[in-house]
Amino acid sequence: MTDLQERPAGVLGSRLLRREDPALLTGEAKYTNDLNVPGALHLAMVRSPYAHARITSVDLSAALAVPGVVAAYSGADLAGLWAGPMPCAWPVTEDMKNPPHYPVATGTACYVGDGVACVLATSATAARDAAELVDVQYEPMEAVVDLEDALSDRVVIHTDLGTNKSYQWDLKIEGEPGQVDAAFAAAAYTVKERYVQQRLIPVAMEPRAVCAVPQPFGGDMTLYSATQVPHILKVMTALTLGIPEHQMRVVAPSVGGGFGSKLNVYAEELLCVALARKHGAPVRWNETRSENHLATIQGRGQIQHIELAADADGKLTAVRVRLLADMGAYLQLVTPGIPLLGAFLYAGVYDLPLAYDFSCTSVFTTLTPTDAYRGAGRPEATYAIERAMDALADTMGIDPMELRRRNFIRKEQFPYTAMTGLVYDSGDHDAAATKAAELADYDGVRARQAAQNVPGAKKVIGIGQASYFEMCGLAPSRVLASLNYSAGGWEAATVRVLPTNKIQVVTGTAPHGQGHETAWSMIVAEKMGVAPEDVDVLHSDTAIAPLGLDTYGSRSLPVGGVAIAMACDKVIDKAKKIAAHQLEADEADLEFAGGTFSVKGTPDRALPLAAIAFEAFTAHNLPDGMEPNLEAHTTYDPPNFSWPFGTHICTVEVDTETGQVDVLQYVAVDDCGVQVNPLIVEGQVHGGVIQGLAQALFEEAVYDDDGNLKSGTLAEYLVPAASDVPSLTLGHTVTPSPTNQLGVKGIGEAGTIGAAPAVINAVVDALSHLGVRDMPMPASPQNVWAAINAATQGASK
Amino acid sequence: MIPAAFDYVRAGSAEEAIALIGEHGEDAKFLAGGHSLLPLMKLRLAQPSVLVDIGRVEDLSYIRDAGDHIAIGALTRHMDVEKSPLLAEHVPLLAHAAGHVGDPQVRHRGTMGGTIAHADPASDLPATTLALGATYVAQGPNGTREIAAADFYQGFLESALAADEMLTEIRVPKMGGAGWSFQKFNRRAQDWAIVGVAAWRRNGDSGVALVNMGSTPILATSVSGALAQGASVSDAAQLAAEEAEPQSDLNASPEYRVHLAKVLVRRALEQASA
Ligand SMILES: Cc1cc2nc3c(=O)[nH]c(=O)nc-3n(C[C@H](O)[C@H](O)[C@H](O)COP(=O)(O)OP(=O)(O)OC[C@H]3O[C@@H](n4cnc5c(N)ncnc54)[C@H](O)[C@@H]3O)c2cc1C
Repeated sequence: MTDLQERPAGVLGSRLLRREDPALLTGEAKYTNDLNVPGALHLAMVRSPYAHARITSVDLSAALAVPGVVAAYSGADLAGLWAGPMPCAWPVTEDMKNPPHYPVATGTACYVGDGVACVLATSATAARDAAELVDVQYEPMEAVVDLEDALSDRVVIHTDLGTNKSYQWDLKIEGEPGQVDAAFAAAAYTVKERYVQQRLIPVAMEPRAVCAVPQPFGGDMTLYSATQVPHILKVMTALTLGIPEHQMRVVAPSVGGGFGSKLNVYAEELLCVALARKHGAPVRWNETRSENHLATIQGRGQIQHIELAADADGKLTAVRVRLLADMGAYLQLVTPGIPLLGAFLYAGVYDLPLAYDFSCTSVFTTLTPTDAYRGAGRPEATYAIERAMDALADTMGIDPMELRRRNFIRKEQFPYTAMTGLVYDSGDHDAAATKAAELADYDGVRARQAAQNVPGAKKVIGIGQASYFEMCGLAPSRVLASLNYSAGGWEAATVRVLPTNKIQVVTGTAPHGQGHETAWSMIVAEKMGVAPEDVDVLHSDTAIAPLGLDTYGSRSLPVGGVAIAMACDKVIDKAKKIAAHQLEADEADLEFAGGTFSVKGTPDRALPLAAIAFEAFTAHNLPDGMEPNLEAHTTYDPPNFSWPFGTHICTVEVDTETGQVDVLQYVAVDDCGVQVNPLIVEGQVHGGVIQGLAQALFEEAVYDDDGNLKSGTLAEYLVPAASDVPSLTLGHTVTPSPTNQLGVKGIGEAGTIGAAPAVINAVVDALSHLGVRDMPMPASPQNVWAAINAATQGASK
Repeated sequence: MIPAAFDYVRAGSAEEAIALIGEHGEDAKFLAGGHSLLPLMKLRLAQPSVLVDIGRVEDLSYIRDAGDHIAIGALTRHMDVEKSPLLAEHVPLLAHAAGHVGDPQVRHRGTMGGTIAHADPASDLPATTLALGATYVAQGPNGTREIAAADFYQGFLESALAADEMLTEIRVPKMGGAGWSFQKFNRRAQDWAIVGVAAWRRNGDSGVALVNMGSTPILATSVSGALAQGASVSDAAQLAAEEAEPQSDLNASPEYRVHLAKVLVRRALEQASA
């Protein structure tokens, strides 16, 4: 069931179909690989088959002999092309260790898939054939796959660093010294849990694709890339390659999904630009699906230790968290910051006193680097606290829903200053939980469960909940500064009324599937009183939209969308001055509604925006000193994050003989504040929930002890299809954000954040009568079967 | 994801195909639906120098009533097997199992001959035809011969076919109203079975074969033997893995596979006996 809102009168809040879809569905949309670039050379990478190996020699001669091959290079051959190593923009601590990382490795290969040589040819097939013939000799060394093993420094990967530890980052908040320890000592109940966040492989529909087009005589360079971050990429490419920034243009054509994996600066992007410069010819590269599994960043990869202390009523009195986070072989763009995006959220949606003790230690392994993946740190945090809450309820012998209700931050406490100092803007957790419980028939399922989960039952049911906060709208620049992030968190917008009253919006966001063109046109239509079709949205080309900080972290609407609304206000202010001038009225007496300025109380003294737009263009009769044209620019730095929240409830049936988990029902009640377009909101929730459910039940990047990826294809890395997942029951509550004029919060990651803990809580709940207390992710049939065996054999001892 | 270079020739008839394979020798391969061969080539795990495309040999796409058995041409697509009224009437187990191969795209391209010749122990129809006591017809430069399914599977992706032999027909005995069941256990609908069971039962007779429980499809003769001697379904199912040599992969350890085989054989026999 989908909770249909009554259709509002205005544009905002209506279920407008996405204007992006016809072009995407008919193949008219152009992806990077669709660009027809005459004379382009094709790049192919030679990748290390070893997780950790000294490169003793690279023989390119056989590759160079392949017809069509133009050049082939080892890492050493290219050393002169880089002005600096590949960028990491988030040095989270002063003493963070960051090994130099170049697009093609020179001395040592540090993961399976690390580039060790490359080939340029006139066709992609010749490049691929030649790459197979590059003869690289290796001296294999021991792989480091396990995080605790990495921490032991038994094998140090980057010998110059002397350790595998990259950093330790602590956040200890106590009302009085020793409060955390005291709370644990005095607690009526405590739980101490260890959870593993398996590595996930982001599988965007469109793998990465790059095409660098030089203008050899002017020195300008255009980089087309399937990226979420054209603006960041422009700055970073300029810096890393020593290209003057004003000569660098980055375009993200249609981009087929990213989920964080395209929030990066990749070796192949830098290589294409560097080689295009060197050869004076366009250079392009398309990632294969197999390369996507090896050489695109991966998500998650953490071992989490979480301890809760609670009083006799189950009220939380302290939270202690120790994280061990897997950086992979190198630090990519924001690798070290990912675990810290969750650092503030390990108390979840609960009213915790000043007794919070968080520490994250990060280590290098000889595996593909990790970085942002949908939710980035926040799903991990929510998983830990929501699983631990269930463990606490189990210890206390009370219903987990009841335990949560006792601890929720209450509606009247908002805006709520959390122990971390962050201010949660608005929320009503109890309302979301109540609505979800109704939709899920929580009490009914509990009654069915009592009847069904009897000793010897072959099919048992369980119900699990997760209540979450999503810290999104990244981000207030000063907060980012306090976290040592190297950039701000603002967003830019330009709103321009053309002479015929059509409106152009230039945004710094970089959509790659989210529907910004539709949503931004709706915001402008609502503000300016025009039809959404009359609004064009320009984006993702640094020559057209020079300022921006791109799309990630559910930031685009609460930052970029709000910037557009603010720019509209500026345009309206100016138009009002023109209207007052023309109507010979006082500005204060004018009102603007439905695209028309009129004198209050005298509606026939009115001027439509269309007339003012034309006046602004002709400039024949403007107020003295006013500049022609109707255009305004805004850069908006949000004063706070926004805090969407909600409750997800999952009901599962588990086959105790085979371990198979069947999701019977999935309810998601999300509150993202005001919804610009409920259709798009639902799409985001659908995708997000399935991605979280995929972590819970299906997906895992599996490595053997030698660091070989065992889930190297989509036959082993189990991305679920529509036939493998349930229909979702969506509901929502609407609690507007007080920090921005639209009241919006963001919805991109919410589903992913709620889903994994809700599903695993349900699976554990289904098996709790057998003594099962925890379940590794993914809850594959084999893992479930093993957990049942371990619990029942333990019991029969 | 880009195969190594190869040559491509198209055959108009079985005779022509066999002649072409003979001409190009060792590294030549038949190409039928391409849904097993091309993925291997894209990963460069197979690098044939010549592909002899038999996909358009139209007179090998048929499903015919041949008296005591149904004859299926090697180029018949899985989808045609799934939808065949003749098979639904006489060999419902096979039609049903064909509906569980991959996804609709795969079933529209993959062929009966291709899946048998490929001899993948994880595939559904080799085991199903084995359980049904099928006979395969092979044609070579010197004529045709019949090979019993029980003699056909010789090792992992290895069959009794000679390099210059082409599989032309699959003959499946009519089931004569036997009870049957096909159990496919997997994590995603489109996947190969982690363990699968094809079973039929009529009076004291039965046929039970296992998918993905060894290097070949496995005929669970101990189960049928026990049933013939009057064992209960659950007792017979305990013998499910007697002939199996299950391997380990990301989805299942050998122990888990043995466990699954017992559970699934029991469920299959219960359904076939109902
Ligand atoms: C995504 C996907 C999912 C799949 N899922 C399943 C599944 O769940 N269950 C399942 O059983 N199968 C599955 N398959 C495999 C599918 O059934 C294949 O189509 C089938 O196994 C091979 O048939 P083909 O016609 O495509 O053979 P091809 O790929 O063309 O050939 C396979 C091999 O057999 C040889 N060959 C083909 N025809 C003949 C012949 N007539 N005589 C001699 N040799 C021949 C070829 O030379 C080649 O070596 C899946 C395939 C894909 C791509």
